Amino acid sequence: MKKRYLFIALIILSIASVFVGVKDITPLDIFNLSEDQAEILLTSRVPRLISIIVAGISLSISGLIMQQLTRNKFVSPTTAGTMDSAKLGILVSLMVFTSASPLEKMLVAFVFALLGTFVFMKILEKIKFKDTIFIPLVGLMFGNIINSITTFFAYKYDLIQNISAWLQGDFSMIIKGRYELIFISIPIVIIAYLFANKFTVAGMGEEFSINLGLNYKRVVNIGLVIVAMVSAVVILTVGVIPFLGLVVPNIVTIYQGDNLKKNLPHTALLGAVFVLFCDILGRVIIYPYEIPIGLMVGAIGSGIFAYLLMRRRAHEA
Amino acid sequence: MKHNAKIGALAAFSVLLIAIFLFIKVGNNWDYVLPRRGLKVLAIVITGSAIAFSTVVFQTITNNRILTPSIMGLDSLYMLIQTFVIFIFGSTNLTVANKNINFVICVGLMVLFSGVLYKVLFKREGQNIYFLLLMGLILGTLFQSLSTFMQVLIDPNEFQIVQDKMFASFNNVNTDLLLIAIIAILGIAIYFSRFIKYLDVLSLGRDQAINLGVDYDYVVKRLLIVIAIFVSISTALVGPITFLGLLVVNVAHEFLKTYQHKYLIFGSVFISIIALVGGQLIVERVFTFSTTLSVIINFIGGVYFIYLLLRERKSW
Amino acid sequence: MVEVREVSKQYGNKSVVDNVSVKIEKGKITSFIGPNGAGKSTLLSMVSRLITKDTGEILIDNEEVGQCKSNDLAKKISILKQSNHINIRLTIKELVCFGRFPYSQGNLSEEDWKHVNEAITYMELEDIQDKYLDQLSGGQRQRAYIAMVIAQNTEYILLDEPLNNLDMKHSVQIMKVLRRLVDELGKTIIIVIHDINFASCYSDYIVALKDGKVVKEGPTDEIINSSILKDIYDMDIKIENINENKICVYFS
Repeated sequence: MKKRYLFIALIILSIASVFVGVKDITPLDIFNLSEDQAEILLTSRVPRLISIIVAGISLSISGLIMQQLTRNKFVSPTTAGTMDSAKLGILVSLMVFTSASPLEKMLVAFVFALLGTFVFMKILEKIKFKDTIFIPLVGLMFGNIINSITTFFAYKYDLIQNISAWLQGDFSMIIKGRYELIFISIPIVIIAYLFANKFTVAGMGEEFSINLGLNYKRVVNIGLVIVAMVSAVVILTVGVIPFLGLVVPNIVTIYQGDNLKKNLPHTALLGAVFVLFCDILGRVIIYPYEIPIGLMVGAIGSGIFAYLLMRRRAHEA
Repeated sequence: MKHNAKIGALAAFSVLLIAIFLFIKVGNNWDYVLPRRGLKVLAIVITGSAIAFSTVVFQTITNNRILTPSIMGLDSLYMLIQTFVIFIFGSTNLTVANKNINFVICVGLMVLFSGVLYKVLFKREGQNIYFLLLMGLILGTLFQSLSTFMQVLIDPNEFQIVQDKMFASFNNVNTDLLLIAIIAILGIAIYFSRFIKYLDVLSLGRDQAINLGVDYDYVVKRLLIVIAIFVSISTALVGPITFLGLLVVNVAHEFLKTYQHKYLIFGSVFISIIALVGGQLIVERVFTFSTTLSVIINFIGGVYFIYLLLRERKSW
Repeated sequence: MVEVREVSKQYGNKSVVDNVSVKIEKGKITSFIGPNGAGKSTLLSMVSRLITKDTGEILIDNEEVGQCKSNDLAKKISILKQSNHINIRLTIKELVCFGRFPYSQGNLSEEDWKHVNEAITYMELEDIQDKYLDQLSGGQRQRAYIAMVIAQNTEYILLDEPLNNLDMKHSVQIMKVLRRLVDELGKTIIIVIHDINFASCYSDYIVALKDGKVVKEGPTDEIINSSILKDIYDMDIKIENINENKICVYFS
């Protein structure tokens, strides 16, 4: 697959995305939009498209970074407790400041996501048995534990339905004025791009990086900050999108090999295309209702994840 | 023998707690209060033992002390079934007769699910058990997404009922179900008893176990099935308590410091009973029902588990 | 006698053991030698039923391994792998007790205890028998595992690179023990070994494997020979006679 094709797919899907919806707007209308239609385009359709693309890109990239840092194909924000920690953070922000502004929520979520990911990395250091399958297993369990802590508090404050409704990844709630936070991801992704090679080196291990004159701790920390930031932002604006950061980089690796610098643009593009595709599918399947993106990606993503695992086993045997 | 003394102490403490639980503030309503509390205690003892026992065996098979069969996706499947039932039929339909059917269907589906997982796992040589668990967890995440989706669509009053199912509760355990569960668990326990002698050897790892004459695949497959049934029954009976097993088995290890299963199993079972009965006492008398036991246990179990993971010099 | 007949094992498309036939006689030390990836360990694991073979037969005292009851086999043949990673904390004595499992199923009789104590004495571990395995040095630990195998009291003992990670002193110590097990107790030992000179000095019979096939087999004297070793290892190896032992010089 060439980058060009991905790009074309992205454009086609983007156009499709703008014109799919309960309110009929056809491409022909674009030149003489009624006020109604213009309103819908600007407050709902376009913001939705933008947030889809940004979320797809940034989550895929942060998955790729985590895989580089841990040298494990199956680590991602979903399988390292990052998402769940961010969720806990949002709950805490709701409890502590009853009327938290989005920015405050994001900061608290970010701090928690960072802490959670950091703890996960610490756990990795402690585990002697570094089996490729065992590590995501520990990560998912770790996420479950964080979740049980969230549940503990959510139950006390009677916020459970709130939290689950609200954190299920869903683009239908995206309208102008409620999604702009996601733009924070863009500079972060650019930083990720600049640091790409260093992440690869850091992934080889502390001793290896020091030997090459790399400030290991700093690079790892930057990586974790990027991942935590992206997770916090996406979870706040869109909600949880499971397995995205895991599936996309792995697919790219299959057809592209393991060169990070080369894979970054592919991963970004494919991430956007994948989320767009899932989103459109979710909007079409039970039209005029829609299936939230969290569920769509969750279903498709877990299928692909399972396939990747099987495939890996077959290769090894 | 010091292990025997420790087990004895645990047993005595469990009995003491149960006695307190049964007789605290009985007042004049003996006839009314005692049978109800008795049922509750029975439910606690049955599920507590089943979970503790299956976690011990599971950790032995996997040679790993940070795993528990509860994370195999069964909890999420249970929640999905419950949410689905309420989503489709609404809560009004949940009469007593339906509860029995619900229980049977739940256990059936959960056992079926594990069976399919095992089948896939054992079809090819060289698949490991972590693979099985990870598959279970991934499917569990999928089930979770599905339940969340339905939960969002359910109206808030109905959701209250789903939410009650989300947390294990010993409060309204049905007598019929309890009887079925006890018979099933005892029956399986008797079947299982002939495998007990292999557990110590299994904890040496696969190669050593085979070297010492254990028919490894045969034994492990049967043990895994027993575990799946135990977890399914206890989950369907009272609801999910994901981290109970992890908590009590690790406490048992720390407390007993032995590899011998005759001690480990009894130790874990008693600690499990102590945790549940003691926890229930605290919830009823101290928090006065403002929170549920399973939420607290998952919370404590989870935090303790992270502590275990982060502690130095451990070989997992 | 252990008899391997036309045994093969494939992983994916790769043949790891390819149509191997070998006979191993009783009362001798037989060494499997060969370069990395020759299939030595795989073959040993198949003989000891740790992994299944794809095709062929493996007979131990004329009985097919796959047909025997696992517990009966455990009284006849024992295997010690190179990576003995045990997750639980055991003392030497507890480990050695496990060796009696095929006989006792966990309830040790007086007879079993006798075997356990003899094995500990045989390996000179009495002083440290209550120490935990994780407190021991590599050599002590290896001796503890061998004590367990001795307690298991099998006719055939299979060892996969028993000298791995041991220093010279401990290596010699272990090989001497193996020699004594054969000479004094009449055991039959099969080892996978990398150090050609240990194979030369201590074994009676050598089977050389390469790319999953047997390239050469015969009494030690025959195999330790420059031209044969060249076939096996693709390098020139000079043989010197020192104190009636044939020593291979391959360092330059």
